[in-house]
Amino acid sequence: MANVISDETIEYVGILAKLELTDAEKEEAKKDMGRMLDYIDMLNELDTSGVEPMSHIFAMNNVFREDVVTNGDEREKILKNAPEQKDGSFKVPKTVE
Amino acid sequence: MTKQYETVIGLEVHVELATKTKIFCGCSTAFGGAPNTHTCPVCTGMPGSLPVLNKQVVEYALAVGLATNCGINQYCKFDRKNYFYPDNPQNYQISQLYLPICHDGWVEIETAAGTKKIGIHEIHMEEDAGKLIHDEWEDCSLVDYNRSGVPLIEIVSEPDMRSADEVIAYLEKLRLIIQYLGASDCKLQEGSMRADVNLSVREVGAAQFGTRTEMKNLNSFKAIARAIEGERKRQIELLEDGKKVIQETRRWDDNKESSHAMRSKEDAQDYRYFPDPDLTPVAISDEWLQAVRDRQPELRTEKLARYQTEFQLPRYDAEILTGSKHLADIFEATVAICGKPKEVSNWLMVEAMRLLKEKEQDPEDLSFSPENLAKLIGLVEKNTINRTVAKTVFEEIFANDVDPEKYVAEKGLAMVSDEGALRQAVGEVIAANPQSVADYKNGKQKAMGFLVGQTMRAMKGKADPAKVNQIVRELLEE
Amino acid sequence: MSDILEMTAVQLGGKIKSREVGAVEAAKAVLGQIRAAEPVVHAYVTVDEAGALRRAEEVQKRIDTGELTGPLAGVPVAIKDNMCTEGMLTTCSSKILYNFVPTYTAEAVRNLEKAGAVILGKTNMDEFAMGSTTETSAFGVTRNPWNPEHVPGGSSGGSCAAVAANECFYALGSDTGGSIRQPSSFCGVTGIKPTYGTVSRYGLIAYGSSLDQIGPIAKDVTDCAAVLATIASYDRKDSTSFPRDDCDFTSALKDDVKGMRIGIPRDYLGEGLDDEVKAAILAAAKVLEEKGAVVEEFDLSLVEYAIPAYYVIASAEASSNLSRFDGVKYGLRAKEYEGLHNMYKRSRSEGFGPEVKRRIMLGSFVLSSGYYDAYYLKALRTKALIKKAFDRAFEKYDVILGPAAPTTAPKMGESLSDPLKMYLGDIYTISVNLAGLPGMTVPCGKDSKGLPIGLQLIGDCFKEKNIIRAGYAFEQSRTYESPKIARSAQADGMSGDIADCASDTAVKSRAGSTADIVTEGRTGSAADMMSEGNAGSTAESTGKEAR
Repeated sequence: MANVISDETIEYVGILAKLELTDAEKEEAKKDMGRMLDYIDMLNELDTSGVEPMSHIFAMNNVFREDVVTNGDEREKILKNAPEQKDGSFKVPKTVE
Repeated sequence: MTKQYETVIGLEVHVELATKTKIFCGCSTAFGGAPNTHTCPVCTGMPGSLPVLNKQVVEYALAVGLATNCGINQYCKFDRKNYFYPDNPQNYQISQLYLPICHDGWVEIETAAGTKKIGIHEIHMEEDAGKLIHDEWEDCSLVDYNRSGVPLIEIVSEPDMRSADEVIAYLEKLRLIIQYLGASDCKLQEGSMRADVNLSVREVGAAQFGTRTEMKNLNSFKAIARAIEGERKRQIELLEDGKKVIQETRRWDDNKESSHAMRSKEDAQDYRYFPDPDLTPVAISDEWLQAVRDRQPELRTEKLARYQTEFQLPRYDAEILTGSKHLADIFEATVAICGKPKEVSNWLMVEAMRLLKEKEQDPEDLSFSPENLAKLIGLVEKNTINRTVAKTVFEEIFANDVDPEKYVAEKGLAMVSDEGALRQAVGEVIAANPQSVADYKNGKQKAMGFLVGQTMRAMKGKADPAKVNQIVRELLEE
Repeated sequence: MSDILEMTAVQLGGKIKSREVGAVEAAKAVLGQIRAAEPVVHAYVTVDEAGALRRAEEVQKRIDTGELTGPLAGVPVAIKDNMCTEGMLTTCSSKILYNFVPTYTAEAVRNLEKAGAVILGKTNMDEFAMGSTTETSAFGVTRNPWNPEHVPGGSSGGSCAAVAANECFYALGSDTGGSIRQPSSFCGVTGIKPTYGTVSRYGLIAYGSSLDQIGPIAKDVTDCAAVLATIASYDRKDSTSFPRDDCDFTSALKDDVKGMRIGIPRDYLGEGLDDEVKAAILAAAKVLEEKGAVVEEFDLSLVEYAIPAYYVIASAEASSNLSRFDGVKYGLRAKEYEGLHNMYKRSRSEGFGPEVKRRIMLGSFVLSSGYYDAYYLKALRTKALIKKAFDRAFEKYDVILGPAAPTTAPKMGESLSDPLKMYLGDIYTISVNLAGLPGMTVPCGKDSKGLPIGLQLIGDCFKEKNIIRAGYAFEQSRTYESPKIARSAQADGMSGDIADCASDTAVKSRAGSTADIVTEGRTGSAADMMSEGNAGSTAESTGKEAR
């Protein structure tokens, strides 16, 4: 395997992705990611110099809305699925120490 | 010998734009709603919702870019900045990294050493986050998404400033430009203008910049000045102790006048930006750009010059009047009604500014109509009221925007210039003050002033002072 | 009326319009079939019997007043569980959305409702549409109606299985890398992935935003064309929605391919392609040739690079799209945690299954500092080259023809053990998404195991009509075949008692409570699961199946 994924990398990606993996899952993830990256490295066979990265298929630009208020008070709906709420707000563990 | 240090400062200024709706949905941007009452699936990150760009945001960003001498990226894109925090409902912020709308501009500021150019690295469009309220009682936080998705522009300066004074001059300059454009009200206290300070120190003469820190949570010019001084000291102390400055984000606590690092091992500071696939690029044609250019209003510098030539105002007056777009608007609207620019200027500069200072308000808070100020000036002009009465009437206009004509009529404040009534009043005063009459006759001119004052007092200030003067003199000479 | 279930959607719509069949009668028939077939097939996450009957009554009234006149008025439909439906559970087959009830309806579904569709429920899928077998669902696997030991394909496996098993008359699916076309092939039904931007993505819970498209799955090309014409719309709420004025797709239903230029990529017929599949595809090409099409083989090039490019782009977008599932606003929040970041981690780790985690990890990695250029931009450049290769091909051909998948449906449990191998199975479908093209699967035979084979027809952007015409012409050469289980309701005579119990049966869902959710052991042998499933009903939770 050309791409060897270190413990540090898996730990780091876990922080980025907000995923907590068990030790077994970490080992599995290291192996999976290494294999996938080896496979993805196949792209290096392609000469893409001078090729513009294509994020959108169609050259569509300037899709706008006008600055007009269209929404009313939807608080009840917005909070309907909240795991926890209080005083019309979403309740979360405290964010400051 | 102690080393000499130079402070190097760059600013990231966030400005909330004055649009009616949010940047990607049709929710209102109005302040003061109950929590989450200005929200929809888009600005709360509901699954399946999609953003659509508010055109006015681009218009405002272009206007600010042109007014700050920026180049315009006529093809620009939105990128996602990925990080987890509850005020950010999608856990990514839609912003611009790779192709921001404006780049490489500058503004000029006045410093003790003369005019100085401050470079603007870029201006980009992005969405604001929601508000977190900390509930001490339950030891939790509450999330309100009313501000989530309110449009912002972030103006990133070059590291061109060297002191707190320069920073404040730069912020004042930006504030005036943006207010003149009508793109934002730029109130630091209310958070519609926010500045993060990037600061480093280096020995005078050093070629390289030192390691910088970023300071957040600065809510007033005073806090900014204190934070700069505090951070400068902290960094110099570190260097003097042979330690290193760590590149980090710090939070300023203005009450404690100190800062602390905002680091945590859960914040990797790796935002994984990539082009947002849900939004199309913005292509700004030459025609569009020209149209924005053509619509640009007169900015402060031009207005300052015009006030001196067109209205013959002294530079000092013109500076104060144009120091607030709102004040200048009131000035011009009043002059348009009643002429007399110097008179209008005096009322605004002296009386209005005095009252604002008393009430600890800004010129932006002035709420009376130019019509009423013009009417007041007319009343003085026509001698309907004298200046003393006019000042009290102005206080009423300032506070309650009263119609001065009605107010003067209702309160019976009109000046008495009826010859008979005045003669009677003067006669009574002379009769009651034989000593003063004697003094006058003995050559004490001052005694006449006393008799005039007594008459004005008897007339409750409403008498025409010129006429009273004339009658007192006549009767004394008899 | 025992033959209702055998009708296509358009046939049924015609009968409803001419008052030969009532909308409620049709709904009851299909609900009966759902009861009969679900214990084996498990195509649905949620079946809303009472709601379906209520909607059928309402639609019938609007048909009677002449308000609804379209071809699909009164016809029951199933919706893939990644499209928001107001008031109806929408889970993406993920534990993290086990209790999510949207407060708005996806634009494509709204378009169906306006046309008088009767929504039956929500179909099972690979979790967040990530997978090719529907085995990654948190609410149990869906089985192939042709052979329950085999997978239905994925990720729209529930929708395709439901159509094949007559558990609906048509369904909506979504296709990010083949998720409509591959399961259509495995289940012997017809499905279209339209040109990117044709159907609004508003309300479709995103996987890979630049690749996702909603499309129809049905028994034949006519149905697919009629449904696509109904769901296609220019939507101002979706910035990537494309204004089109050529959405009268049924006008292309002509048995005429004279002079049509059809290219078969040699790259699609090489190593890895099953011999029986290859033979069926070439035989189908022959049929079109005999009808007057000009068929030739050509070199498309770059085919093998589509898969790595796709997995970089789709995983990157997914890692960002799925970050909103964090236990704050909706869905699962872990019961125990210490502080905010731990709450995020616990909720997401409990809520997402292994395949979703794998792709979020990969996506986060390829976007992370120092790798963006090497992986993400490289993939976007590759995408540009692939698009160019198709542009060149469509200068010469009206339609590109090939297989939808290298094999027929694999056995349960064979695919998940080796993710990379599973990804390779998407080789013929993925490049179509990267290039934004329309693609369609039409059944073209069965292999020696009796499993369906699908023919894939690919058109240039906005040229759905070409593939619809080719597909329709080909379809005229054969008759629609359905699996045995598709006729179980008539045999059991179960449709009769629907009305009695519908009123007191609200919504039957396999999701809905964390306790019932299965996250492990989904890949048990089909035989075991069948023996359990046979005894169960739709109301049964997957918790029981998991034992």
